[in-house]
Amino acid sequence: MEKALREQFTGEFLLSLLEKMLLIRRFEEKASQAYGLRKIGGFLHLYIGQEATGVGAVAAIDQSVDYVLTAYRDHGIALALGMKPGVLMAELYGKETGCSRGKGGSMHFFDVKKNFLGGNGIVGAHIPLATGVGLKIRNKNERGVVLCFFGDGAIHQGSFHESLNMAQIWGLPVLYICENNQYGMGTDFRRVSAVTDFTILGQSYDIKGKQVNGMDVLEVYQAVKEQVEQIREVKRPGFLEIKTYRYKGHSMSDPAKYRTREELEAYRQQDPVLLLKVKLLNGGVLTEEKFLQMDSVARRKSEEAALYAERSPDPSLESLYEDVYKT
Amino acid sequence: MIMSVREALRRALDEEMARDENVVLIGEEVAQYHGAYKVSQGLLEKYGPLRVIDTPISEEGFTGVGIGAAMAGLRPVVEWMTLNFSLQALDQTYNNASKMLYMSGGQINVPVVFRGPNGPAEYLSAQHSQGLQSIYSHCPGLKVVAPSTPADFLGLLKSSIRDNNPVVFLESELMYSLRGEVPEEEYLIPLGKGAVRREGSDVTLIGFSKPIYLLLEAAERLEKEGVDAEVIDLRTLRPLDEELIYRSVEKTNRCVVVDEAWPYASVGSHISWLVSYDCFDFLDAPVELVSQEDVPVPYNHRLELAALPSVDKILEAVKRVTYRS
Ligand SMILES: Cc1ncc(C[n+]2csc(CCOP(=O)(O)OP(=O)(O)O)c2C)c(N)n1
Repeated sequence: MEKALREQFTGEFLLSLLEKMLLIRRFEEKASQAYGLRKIGGFLHLYIGQEATGVGAVAAIDQSVDYVLTAYRDHGIALALGMKPGVLMAELYGKETGCSRGKGGSMHFFDVKKNFLGGNGIVGAHIPLATGVGLKIRNKNERGVVLCFFGDGAIHQGSFHESLNMAQIWGLPVLYICENNQYGMGTDFRRVSAVTDFTILGQSYDIKGKQVNGMDVLEVYQAVKEQVEQIREVKRPGFLEIKTYRYKGHSMSDPAKYRTREELEAYRQQDPVLLLKVKLLNGGVLTEEKFLQMDSVARRKSEEAALYAERSPDPSLESLYEDVYKT
Repeated sequence: MIMSVREALRRALDEEMARDENVVLIGEEVAQYHGAYKVSQGLLEKYGPLRVIDTPISEEGFTGVGIGAAMAGLRPVVEWMTLNFSLQALDQTYNNASKMLYMSGGQINVPVVFRGPNGPAEYLSAQHSQGLQSIYSHCPGLKVVAPSTPADFLGLLKSSIRDNNPVVFLESELMYSLRGEVPEEEYLIPLGKGAVRREGSDVTLIGFSKPIYLLLEAAERLEKEGVDAEVIDLRTLRPLDEELIYRSVEKTNRCVVVDEAWPYASVGSHISWLVSYDCFDFLDAPVELVSQEDVPVPYNHRLELAALPSVDKILEAVKRVTYRS
């Protein structure tokens, strides 16, 4: 298996995946700490546990032509796309130097230069938007594909079903990715979903989908890559249900009492960072020492991000009326 | 008895569910999670899953389900986790709930209550922080209630549940922990009746919901400056207690309206127009409106505070209507 790993991927690529997942993990821990110190306010939805989804998926696209949209749990995907930790942390702090100039906060990360169109606080609301981006790609006959991430909670919104139908009848290049972390706030998806294999929902719109183990970044990468290539080729939408898990509550105010300690522990055993680390150690791509070094780089970057945010100025009062309309 | 707004709401639901088996509660997280704001704690245990119903995140769907159930004889209380998300269900409230009685020539009425937190919260940015009273008050056929004290939350929610029309019941997102005196006995407040929160003779301050506390604080500060302000709490936005407003303005001849929504085509601007028109002969100054700034609410806290009505902004407005600036 180790040999297979090295035949398939370069060491550089494998290490870059690990590096990104570590950065997300440490960045989120830092953000959580800053929230505790009241440097960050409002909602803070952490991605810890789901790193393999964002990192694996983003690694499979061509960021010069492809687009990404997601919901409010957006820090990890923003980092996977290569947004600067300092700029993201500054947004969490509400600073002028943040990616949305301090107006958006945690749920509203954007970076147009990286084709990252949000960051959306309303469950399901960005799914039609992603579909619309697909329409633009189709009309301009571009190569791009849209990755649209959303949760298991969002899959019952009309917006999902309406979007899949339109994407299919019009042949839009959108890959719909349900990050099934199994809970929408305090609700186990099995309690509110008529079917628990979501690929069946995709099939109702004649979109063939696949379930993927979201704790394994390489499995995510390969599944997304396969889909993206196919979408580019046949100009049709795709669908993936990525099974993952969030270790923390829905947001900082949720103690997550609706699930058991055993369940959480079981998922910690297949932690996406741990899983990749072990694979790379066994494959001879990584040493324990190298791992510790990478981890300390991730910690340092997160520290620096917080410092940058700390030292950045608040937006000016005049900016209150800026950007309501485009001139 | 002293009670929080959260407890008053829970008591109203509990009493009405005990009184009438047709009353059901439906919404996201209302049952097993006890409500996102913990309003419905204990109700699932008491009334069971047929009457306290968790839904998927499907605002348009479950809002419509509440309306359909009401058309057929249940009396649903539909909880919107926040009013921000009710926009996805707007077609159901606007096109179905509000017009069914009219369109059916009086055959079908829709006794449903839609309730949930409304208005600016803190650090939540634009999609999660907005006062949507203008939208709901705009539509004939809906009643709109916006309480400010725990006793009012109790008395008005009970009346809303017993009302035979669709009622949108607005709970200020930052008020659930606010405590106050509540009667022990059965307590109902009629819809459409405002309250005088403070008597005064120099200027009428009109508001509803959380801003009532800004008005009371402003009135206290004004008293020190020798200005005697009257504070009117509308309590219900539709139907509106116009009589109470006019009686006060006829006495004080000056009026400041406060509304946490945007000023354009809003409840606040409508009331300002009503007073300007109907009290024209009594007014000594143009009516002032203190609203949210005409921008989406920003995340940064300093900007956020600047965007919202404040005691200072109210005092400025009072200065203008009393020609002291
Ligand atoms: C339309 C709408 N309804 C309700 C909410 C409140 N809410 C925010 S997140 C959430 C749960 C969503 O779960 P899921 O889609 O599975 O995403 P996850 O949080 O698991 O990433 C709810 C109910 C909202 N933001 N928007």
